[in-house]
Formats: sequence, structure tokens, C-alpha cells
Amino acid sequence: MADKDWPLYEIFIRPRNGLAHRHVGSLHAPDGEMAIEMARDLYTRRGEGNSIWAVPAVAIAVSSPDDKASLFEPAEDKEYRYPTHYTIPSDVKNM
Amino acid sequence: MYTQGLDGKIGPVREAETAEEKEREARFQARIDAEERIEPNDWMPEGYRRTLIRQISQHAHSEIVGMLPEGNWVTRAPTLRRKAILLAKIQDEAGHGLYLYSACETLGVERAELVEQLLAGKAKYSSIFNYPTLTWADVGMIGWLVDGAAIMNQVPLQRCSYGPYARAMVRICKEESFHQRQGYEIVMTLAQGTPEQRRMAQESLDRWWWPALMMFGPPDSDSVHTAQSMKWKIKRVTNDELRQKFVDVTVPQAERLGLRIPDPQLRWNPERGHYDFGPVPWDEFWRVIAGEGPCNRERLEQRRRAHEEGRWVREAALAHAEKRRLRDRAA
Ligand SMILES: [Fe+2]
Ligand SMILES: [Fe+2]
Repeated sequence: MADKDWPLYEIFIRPRNGLAHRHVGSLHAPDGEMAIEMARDLYTRRGEGNSIWAVPAVAIAVSSPDDKASLFEPAEDKEYRYPTHYTIPSDVKNM
Repeated sequence: MYTQGLDGKIGPVREAETAEEKEREARFQARIDAEERIEPNDWMPEGYRRTLIRQISQHAHSEIVGMLPEGNWVTRAPTLRRKAILLAKIQDEAGHGLYLYSACETLGVERAELVEQLLAGKAKYSSIFNYPTLTWADVGMIGWLVDGAAIMNQVPLQRCSYGPYARAMVRICKEESFHQRQGYEIVMTLAQGTPEQRRMAQESLDRWWWPALMMFGPPDSDSVHTAQSMKWKIKRVTNDELRQKFVDVTVPQAERLGLRIPDPQLRWNPERGHYDFGPVPWDEFWRVIAGEGPCNRERLEQRRRAHEEGRWVREAALAHAEKRRLRDRAA
């Protein structure tokens, strides 16, 4: 019988101030505090970041690929949301 | 290498039968052909999923077992600098194992289960780690040849069709270059040293050369699953192509050190633009894969012992976390 593993955490790292935290991977840890210490060893051995978020994987709500059409297709036929949709005479400047 | 196609068995896979199923598989293949990446929750054929689980877990196990032959020299590294380097390299390999177990878990299998398979002797790992590290030169040889072969194998895997595996490979490849260079530097130091040190380097190369070539797996003519893996873009380059590439880049590196590759048939072929090399001793390869290599038993025993001796730590950490959670809730 396989041992019961520690819970799964998803790890986010901010490479440096001014940038957002980015998902880098996951790891198993007994709790959040240990997850951060382990993420330090696992994902920042070469100065990859200065801030870590460890999020329990079970806390993340995920969209399903089956809903791709209903979620994302409505955006595809709304050309008017892009600046290129509008024709402005070329002698109008600064727009 | 770490994915040398050791064990082609993924069990029976139900073939697509209905028109709808065939259509779905064709759509999947079209995405692959268009160089789209497949992500964890996307639909995928059962054979694709199982091939990946097998390959990624064997790769992960190889990283973990691969720490053992090097760990053998940590307390006997010749200088403090070499010791610090070796520790850092071994720590990287542990990291590689963990990235890969994580990637594998996205396919719906648990790490604990994979580790259990390894400890039960049911999973395979790269044949190379069943050879002993008898001298300090072997530590250098592992970095130069074994990590060198790993790089050759892993670079094309950065473009593997499965997103999480490809991303793990990008991280790993960034770290491997240091592994190879520190190994070459060790061998170079010995090769430029006393006659005794030179002999040690040569003797080590004599032992590691053929096992290193075996890391790319059996010849293409014998690897049944290559075609399907190439079609799915799980694999991008065949075993024989990678092996040839490795020989071509490594021979000049050995010449530069004044070391002799232990292959009397090795010579440059100007027509092919490649080195010709002698037959790889495949009997030895299959023996090692079957569990009869010099260190197979020792490696597994060592992993089992580490797992057992660490059990109380894993349990205590979990108990502590639980206790704290209850206390925080009560407060
Ligand atoms: Fe590695
Ligand atoms: Fe490595």
C-alpha cells in the first residue's frame, strides 16, 4: 500500500518587485509554512524570485476544457472591442 | 537516456471503435500535428496518457536514483569547493525528480503510488545508475558523459507535446549545463595531473563509455514504441540519432583531454559527416535492465531504507500541521 502523501500545493513566485507572481509548479508539503520553505529549495535555488505564494491545490477552482466554447467563443466575434475595428482618417493625429 | 524506453509495456489500451471515438482521436492528432500543446484537463487518448505516465515516471525515478552514485563521494570530495559543487548538483537532481513527479501527477496518478512502484522494484529507471562510482574520476565522468547524454536527450523534450512535461524540461535543461561543465572540469584536472591521475581518468572513461551510449536506449530497429511516440510528439528524435549526435560531440572533447575512447572501430567518416563507432554491447544493457547490473539491488535497498527511515519525519510533520490547524481553529 502506498503511503498517504502530504497535500498538494501550487507554487507562485514573483521574480522581482514590479512583476506579478507566476505559477512555477507544485509540490507536496504538510502545511503552508513548510510548503514555502520547500518551494524556496525547489524553485529558487538560483535567485529566481523574492516572494512565494503557496496555495493548496484543492482551493483552486478550475474551468473545464469542455466549457471552452461557452466561456471563450463569445469574445471572438466582438471585433469592435479592438481599436483596429475603427476607421479614422489618417490626417487625424495622436489617436 | 532517462527515458530510454526501458519498458514498453503500458498494458492493453482499448482502440477507438465508434465513428465518434475515431473522430475525437483524429481531432487530437490534428492538434498535435499543428504543434499545439496538450494540457492536463484536455481530452487525450488513453495510450497517450499511459505512455506519458510511464516515460515521465521513469524519468523521475532516474533523477532520484541518480543521486545515489554521486552521494557516495560527498564525504570524500577532494576539496571543500568540490564538495559544495557536488552537493549543489545532487540537490538539483532531487529537484528534477520532484518537477517530474509533479508533471506526472497532472495526468491523474499520485506520486505516492509512483514511489511505491519504484520501491517495489516494479518501475524502471535509467540503466546507467546501476554502475558503481569506484573512484573520484567517476564523479567527473558522470557529469561529463551522463549529464551530457541527459542534455542531448532532454533538449528536444522541451518541445514535447505535453505542456507540463515540456515545462519541467525547460527548467531542468537550464540546470544541466552546470552539471556537465563541472564534470568536465574534474576530468580535465585529472587529465592534466600526475601520471597516476591521468590513469585514473582513462580507467574511468573506459568503464563509462559504453554504458553512456546505452543511455539512449535500444537501437531504433528494436524499439517498438518509437514510431507512435514520434507521431504523438512525445519523442522528437530517435534513440540512434541522439546516440550518433552524442558520439559526434563527445569525441573531440575527449581528444582535447588527451583521453582515448575505448572503441577500436571509432573513426571519422567524411562521407557521412559523422563518426562511425563499434557495436554497443547490448547483451550487457539487457542484463542491467533485467536487474542484473552491478548495483541494481544496492540502489533499491538504499532507496527503501531512506524511505523507511524518513517515515517518522513525514508522519510527524503531518501530525504537527494537523495539531496546529486545530489549535488555530480553537483560537
Ligand atoms: Fe537531472
Ligand atoms: Fe544533471
